[in-house]
Amino acid sequence: MPNLPLPNFPKRTSSYVALLAAAVLPLTLAACTDNNAAAAAGPIKVSSTADACTLSTQTTKSGNITFAIQNDGTQVTEFYLLAEDGLRIVAEVENIGPGLTRNLVVTAPAGTYTTACKPGMQGDGIRAGFEVTESGDKPAVDTNLKALTDQGTAQYASYVKDQTEQLVTGTKEFATAYAAGDAAKARDLYAATRMHWERIEPVAESFGDLDPKLDAREADLAPGEEWTGWHRAEKDLFPPAGFPALTAPEREALAAQLVADTEDLATRTRTVELTADKLGNGAKELLDEVATGKVTGEEEIWSHTDLWDFQANVDGARIAFENLRPVLDQKNPELAKSLDTKFAALQAELKLHARGEGFAYYNELSQDQVQQLAALVDALGEPLSHLTAAVVL
Amino acid sequence: MTGCPFGGGTHDAGASGSAAQAPSAAPATAPAAAPPGQDAPASRLSRRGLLSLAGVGGASALAGLAAGLLSHDALTAVAAPAPAGTGDVVPFHGGTQAGITTAAQDRLHMAAFDVITEDRAALVQLLKDWTAAAEAMTQGRETGTTGAVNGPYDAPPEDTGEALGLSAGKLTVTFGFGAGLFEKDGMARFGLDGRRPEALIDLPHFPGDDLQPNRSGGDIIVQACADDPQVAVHAIRNLARIGFGSVRVRWSQLGFGRTSSTSREQQTPRNLFGFKDGTNNLKAEDTSLLQDHVWAGAGSRPEEAWMQGGSYLVARRIRMHIEIWDRTSLREQEQLIGRTKSEGAPLSGGKEFSAPDFAIQGRDGEPLMGMDSHVRLAHPDQNDGVRMLRRGYNYTDGSDGLGHLDAGLFFIAFVKDPRTHYVPMQLAMARQDTLALEYLKHTGSALAAVPPGIRPGGFVGEGLFT
Repeated sequence: MPNLPLPNFPKRTSSYVALLAAAVLPLTLAACTDNNAAAAAGPIKVSSTADACTLSTQTTKSGNITFAIQNDGTQVTEFYLLAEDGLRIVAEVENIGPGLTRNLVVTAPAGTYTTACKPGMQGDGIRAGFEVTESGDKPAVDTNLKALTDQGTAQYASYVKDQTEQLVTGTKEFATAYAAGDAAKARDLYAATRMHWERIEPVAESFGDLDPKLDAREADLAPGEEWTGWHRAEKDLFPPAGFPALTAPEREALAAQLVADTEDLATRTRTVELTADKLGNGAKELLDEVATGKVTGEEEIWSHTDLWDFQANVDGARIAFENLRPVLDQKNPELAKSLDTKFAALQAELKLHARGEGFAYYNELSQDQVQQLAALVDALGEPLSHLTAAVVL
Repeated sequence: MTGCPFGGGTHDAGASGSAAQAPSAAPATAPAAAPPGQDAPASRLSRRGLLSLAGVGGASALAGLAAGLLSHDALTAVAAPAPAGTGDVVPFHGGTQAGITTAAQDRLHMAAFDVITEDRAALVQLLKDWTAAAEAMTQGRETGTTGAVNGPYDAPPEDTGEALGLSAGKLTVTFGFGAGLFEKDGMARFGLDGRRPEALIDLPHFPGDDLQPNRSGGDIIVQACADDPQVAVHAIRNLARIGFGSVRVRWSQLGFGRTSSTSREQQTPRNLFGFKDGTNNLKAEDTSLLQDHVWAGAGSRPEEAWMQGGSYLVARRIRMHIEIWDRTSLREQEQLIGRTKSEGAPLSGGKEFSAPDFAIQGRDGEPLMGMDSHVRLAHPDQNDGVRMLRRGYNYTDGSDGLGHLDAGLFFIAFVKDPRTHYVPMQLAMARQDTLALEYLKHTGSALAAVPPGIRPGGFVGEGLFT
């Protein structure tokens, strides 16, 4: 405050920092005297070179352990925390470029472990023993976590399979009606069919070539680029004033391409390797999609069926969360509970806009209603962004 | 140290430097109460004098200031003995315009004007008036002959006054001409038939563009940069006022923090993603690179020789979806950018200024610098070796009505030719850069031909009108 009229910003900043430091220092000291053990816990420094893997300590207490791995060598390196058998990987960090430092945070119960640096990413690495002693402040974690995780990802793989099958069936039905010029039926099928796409959008989007072919909006195109996929049909079925309708051959070609690309997608999703972090990140990305595309009404600018997509994105995120739920219940039950509450609140709000089998059109919503939805999306999105770290840590 | 690069006429040193050395400011010997070049009455409030007061006196002097706030005589009396700050004035004249290679100031106010007159003489007069006002303000003086408080009591003051008592703040005012100055509805304006440079193209639609007309285009673009936001706003405001009847403001943009360094003396700042931005930017010291990539030549036709020593300004208002970015793991953030968040080192290793190694591979043969990483896509190695001088600013403009900040990067780049130095790179990034696809949205756009520097006694764009 006393510095406010100073025009010299760097000076102001440093004074401010100095003030902060002065204010914080006594607190830190106080904390040290009160709880020495807790304050002493910092990252365990690891230095990885061509022929050494030096840890600042060989022993620590159970709970959350942070390793700060500095690559002091000239090759890309990796660091592993292995179980006592030297085979099972408890945690790992890879792709550390020369000169860089990366943190690895791991929750480890008491026991005997092996650490390994792997400069050049070759061989067994430079290994040493590592002891974790019982701290008593963390309950032992279920040793079946891996089984639970595998079960969750397997369930999600089934979900993806089911959704892509329904998507293929629905797309064929839509394409037939659209190509035949049955615009009323095509309009009816449009939003409901797309829900199968929107539920698994992060998986579908992982195919960088198929996503734009199936889901590009007009504004996403570069000059001269061909426009295919759902949104071209959308504009044709829900045309703005003055938009020239597609010809019958154009519709037929668009419909055929849509079906072919969708079948390609379905085939490719069968071999996608799903992991817990992909589920967690996928759930987060689905909420991102809602926040930037659906709640703003930008996804379906001609049909205004954004709430169908909205519901589908939330469905997909919720399924991923539920598949990871058994793991999360053990690792962070508070987060699981918070997500339950926030999914329910958002779902309740969405339900207010349900109309029969579908939803109100986006352009029928008031600004207040949109804001309410946006607030609930953010309320869910924030804790959901912690799901991945919570389950893979 | 910070004063050195600015006091000695070194701005835009990469250009045909002789004129840039013109010692027009001669600030070192001027007394505080009468800034250089100004025939100020002795009682006149000095912007720089007050600065010195604040800087020297610290909190106790400021307390005194507050007690007698804006008591005219008291202020002058206290301010008079203080030495003038000399590091806060950027020379106005030179072979190239200030505000391009000038070490990037902390704050921005940019405005685009539509010219509403069709009278060539009125336009030329406006450019002369703007030149005079810009020169005065960059030197820390008030606009007009009577300034903010020394005119007739029954007349509105010439200068709007909000910069009274403030330092020149390293203010630079840089002018550029948009395509709309040369032609409207297919018809040439102001007798400028054939004078529009070929490089002053209409930018194409880039994938994902969501440009708003009221944030795009403009016949004349004015970039005001200063270390004090009030100084920058004062400059634009006074130019807008002078222009009434000839121009109207089409859009205006504030930037609160620089996101680029244009001198090796400066630390690399951070953008709103929290990453260092512009590490590999062209710098004022890269004289020959500036010639190759920033300064326009005389063009292929004699009609555009007026651009010799000029440049092209690309401005893009890039909204960042910062809320969802903040929910992204550090792993993904770093992979999307291609640098570490802490130091800004490329993920291939080394330190901030280490050259990225795009070939080095990690697990499974994947490059450490991802194929879709921002650094890779923007790097000269991936863009036929082209470079740009970036001069962007962080912005926040209130909220978007959905509970999010309307915040992002106001991208500014100066390039030799946008056809080679901007369009290809932006097309590639708009299609491949996951960062751009997921977290950015371009909401405003402008391209302007920035004429060369202004000679003493001349006016901006003189070459175009003679």
